[in-house]
Amino acid sequence: MTKNTVNSDVPAQGKMQEKSPEKSPKKAPDNAIVNEFVVRFANTNGTGSASANNMFAKAILRMGIPVSAKNIFPSNIQGMPTWYEVRISEKNYLGRRGGKSEMLVAMNAQSINDDITSVKSGGYLLYDSSRTLFDSQIRADINYLGVPISNICLKEYSDPRQRQLFKNVVYVGALAALLSMDFTLLKGLVRDQFKGKEKLITPNIYALELGYQYANEHFICPLAIHVESRDLINKRILVDGNTAIGLGAVFGGATVTGWYPITPSTSVIEKFASYCQRLRIDPASGKKNYAIVQVEDELAAIGVAIGAGWNGARAFTATSGPGISLMTEFLGLAYFTEIPFVLINVQRAGPSTGMPTRTQQADIIACAYASHGDTKQILLFPDSPHECFELGAQAFDIADQLQTPVIIMSDLDLGMNDHLSEEFVWQDDKAFQKGKVLSAQQLDEVEVFGRYLDVDGDGICYRTLPGTHTEKGAYFNRGTSRNHFAGYTEKSADYVDNMDRLTKKFINAINYLPEPEIQKGKKSAQLGLIFFGTTSHPIMEAIEQLKEHGLSVDTLRIKAFPFHQSIEQFIEEYSFNNKQIFVIEQNRDAQMKSLLVNELQIDPNKLASILNFDGLPITSHFIVQAVLAQLTANQAQQKTG
Amino acid sequence: MSFIKSKFRHPRLPVNDLGLTYRDYEGALSTLCAGCGHDSITSAIIQACHELSIQPSEVAKLSGIGCSSKAPNYFLNKSHGFNSVHGRMPSVATGANLANQELLYLAMSGDGDSASIGFGQFAHVVRRQLNMVYMVANNGVYGLTKGQLAATADKGVKNKAGELSLFTDIDLCVMALQLGASFVARSFSGDKQQLVPLIKAAMSHKGFAFIDIISPCVTFNNHVGSTRSYDYVHDHITTAAVVDFVPIKTEITSGYHSGESEDVCLHDGSIMRIQKLTDSYDSTNASQAIMEIEQQKQQGKILTGLFYLEPTASDFHEINNTNDTPLNKLTQDALCPGNRVLAGINDSFR
Ligand SMILES: Cc1ncc(C[n+]2csc(CCOP(=O)(O)OP(=O)(O)O)c2C)c(N)n1
Ligand code: SF4
Ligand SMILES: [Mg+2]
Repeated sequence: MTKNTVNSDVPAQGKMQEKSPEKSPKKAPDNAIVNEFVVRFANTNGTGSASANNMFAKAILRMGIPVSAKNIFPSNIQGMPTWYEVRISEKNYLGRRGGKSEMLVAMNAQSINDDITSVKSGGYLLYDSSRTLFDSQIRADINYLGVPISNICLKEYSDPRQRQLFKNVVYVGALAALLSMDFTLLKGLVRDQFKGKEKLITPNIYALELGYQYANEHFICPLAIHVESRDLINKRILVDGNTAIGLGAVFGGATVTGWYPITPSTSVIEKFASYCQRLRIDPASGKKNYAIVQVEDELAAIGVAIGAGWNGARAFTATSGPGISLMTEFLGLAYFTEIPFVLINVQRAGPSTGMPTRTQQADIIACAYASHGDTKQILLFPDSPHECFELGAQAFDIADQLQTPVIIMSDLDLGMNDHLSEEFVWQDDKAFQKGKVLSAQQLDEVEVFGRYLDVDGDGICYRTLPGTHTEKGAYFNRGTSRNHFAGYTEKSADYVDNMDRLTKKFINAINYLPEPEIQKGKKSAQLGLIFFGTTSHPIMEAIEQLKEHGLSVDTLRIKAFPFHQSIEQFIEEYSFNNKQIFVIEQNRDAQMKSLLVNELQIDPNKLASILNFDGLPITSHFIVQAVLAQLTANQAQQKTG
Repeated sequence: MSFIKSKFRHPRLPVNDLGLTYRDYEGALSTLCAGCGHDSITSAIIQACHELSIQPSEVAKLSGIGCSSKAPNYFLNKSHGFNSVHGRMPSVATGANLANQELLYLAMSGDGDSASIGFGQFAHVVRRQLNMVYMVANNGVYGLTKGQLAATADKGVKNKAGELSLFTDIDLCVMALQLGASFVARSFSGDKQQLVPLIKAAMSHKGFAFIDIISPCVTFNNHVGSTRSYDYVHDHITTAAVVDFVPIKTEITSGYHSGESEDVCLHDGSIMRIQKLTDSYDSTNASQAIMEIEQQKQQGKILTGLFYLEPTASDFHEINNTNDTPLNKLTQDALCPGNRVLAGINDSFR
């Protein structure tokens, strides 16, 4: 079934009629949209679509066009709707844009009605025409590209599993023709992907060709929306944040991890394990230079990290919301006994199981003040796989230097989706920073050793590891209050002294943490946007759109807690000039704003919130609409007030 | 409060192979109640370590929370210690051991700590075959929170406050046997003659060594009607097998002299001389040990002694195939693959 385009946002190119190949236009139509659109795949989970969709995104990347991909999946193993959203943008707008998509590949009968409404006016619906659509499923303003995918596979393959799997490859083949993708390159990608499983290469390429041919024979290819090769990737890589953190932990020298599976953090450990298998086998003995234990729960996972950290190994664990809750008692102990280790929190939507396969930044308060009593934890907020790698390694230095837990605050979007990111870099001459750990020789030299003596006045004391010295340096590590020599005491003055020193250490921590990323124009802008983590992805696009509304914008990306002085300065500057500052975050309760207000003692009225907590990565549309709505409300208030 | 003991050393105190006296193995002055069984465990540990010439700095002490978990502060002042959180010592011990397998891990817990809040962690550390000595001071109550019934309290007994133990009691030795501990024993803090050799054997054993030590709480569970009072335990104790521990190249004699004896060579070359006190006893049969414990219990007896020993068991690191160099001693060169390798990894994402 084919339709003409009516009243469309997307320029169409006339009829999608069956045509003979020789009529195929060699040149794209003049009103084409090139390298700037969204393709959404609607699939059923457990049908093998993920790897085909991924192949599609990777082919775009190899054509030199910036691309990002979001997997929107259910907490389920088989049979539920799942979407894969590929954003192609030579402007490098790689966050989610919001709104409807230019192309939808409808492979799920369950969700197709909703999927049809999610196509932009004038856009395209590629569907399996083995079954005809109902009249109610026909929109006059979009183009229908029917490919009898099931019938093709039924005819070509006899094995039921293959019939299912190759459907995915057939539509990628069709897309290749429709969007003018480099077909040779795509075939090369198949060869790469199945390296080691050579038997699979030919049938996969054959399936690609089936789709490719069908589309070429039945539609005018390419469509008005399509891709053209560019050279815009430079040194960037397409990778997910969990892989990057797992790899960062290998480079950072982590050797011990206890863990308990939970989406979306599981793959951090899985990747750590697989890189260790490759890179951490002692060449002489063939033995492991690491130990990974899947323990009974998150209480044990963090206990393992703490025990190893106390004993001088670099240790970490990874979890998500519910696991963080279980870990909080131990986080208090580690804070109070000053034990270094790294905790990776790949945040998901909560509370409780919430939406376990959806993204949020909603554990900010829970982590910043994790545990009973007066506790404060160090937080790091990476926003890209590049930073996940960098901070994934650096966190161990920070933890060792500050002798305290360091929590890396990732999220499902960053952790599990592929992002186009600067490549990973490592400086071979940069030595691990192990902090103040006394060797046997140093212990011989010091006159008195006190585990909690603030010798340097920076709140960071010297520690010793078990087994270092036969006579000196031993101490009893405990969660009860103690004096400078780790002796048990409940004297108020000793307790206060210790807590004050911990405060001093926390303030000093700023010197060890990454500074915020501030972007200011030459002239002072009208708006200030503060954000962190994955919220940065749609920001560049939002800024451009706000410019079109005549609004200039400065930005500040928070990279760590405790907050650097420049954050306070940034806020001061704006509020002094009575301009608007927004804190944009992906939770309901404005948690980062609360933390800023609480820690910096700021008047809450100075900060407006933009809050996205629907479980999907925040979009540029959402940000722009929220800013405009707030400004309109301000104006209305000024008029009435 | 803990106190620093006087540094005075009596010139005639016996020294061991390291030239250390008993006092070199002591800790801070105990703050437990006078007569608390846990203090007897402390002195048994001190004696065992002294007699075995263990270098104190090569020991790491671990505990959870409770009166019993305070005990590590009262022995081995020159060892590092970690008093963790209630019931979670096993995971901390796991992490510590993974970081450095060269130390001797001596862990002290209570029955509340291990049979209630930390029951899960206890079960899993046994499964993991961590090379450590895990001692539980079993007093049938929560001492530190003033005498509530523990899950080890026999069903049907009353605590001092008159509260009846309504539910099935947990026997940690039975649990350890089922979960594959390679050394399982029960002893009594009031029987040093039995306890000290068991601790020595446990310390020489490679693998997970568990000792459940009945350790009366004089303040909250020493009344008539308690099955953990000194009097009750004295009257009802029976022994499966006693052990003499014979360190490498030394010959000692046991205080017990009945039944057959069998020598088991431990991995470090020392010998454990096991003397059977009941005919049916077989130190290599875990399920039989469980049956024996339960049969004795039905007859109102508390079975003690060595229950089970698997002298050639593997520990976690053998199972994991960890490098012999402790992980906490590996250098950056061994750990960080470097930039050249990273370049290849970057390429895999293009
Ligand atoms: C999470 C938590 N819950 C409760 C407590 C309070 N608490 C401290 S010790 C203890 C019981 C200790 O009993 P046991 O392990 O048998 O040691 P005992 O004092 O009898 O030697 C409890 C409940 C705690 N410290 N932490
Ligand atoms: S309360 Fe009981 S367990 Fe605690 S110290 Fe006193 S006697 Fe020992
Ligand atoms: Mg107890």
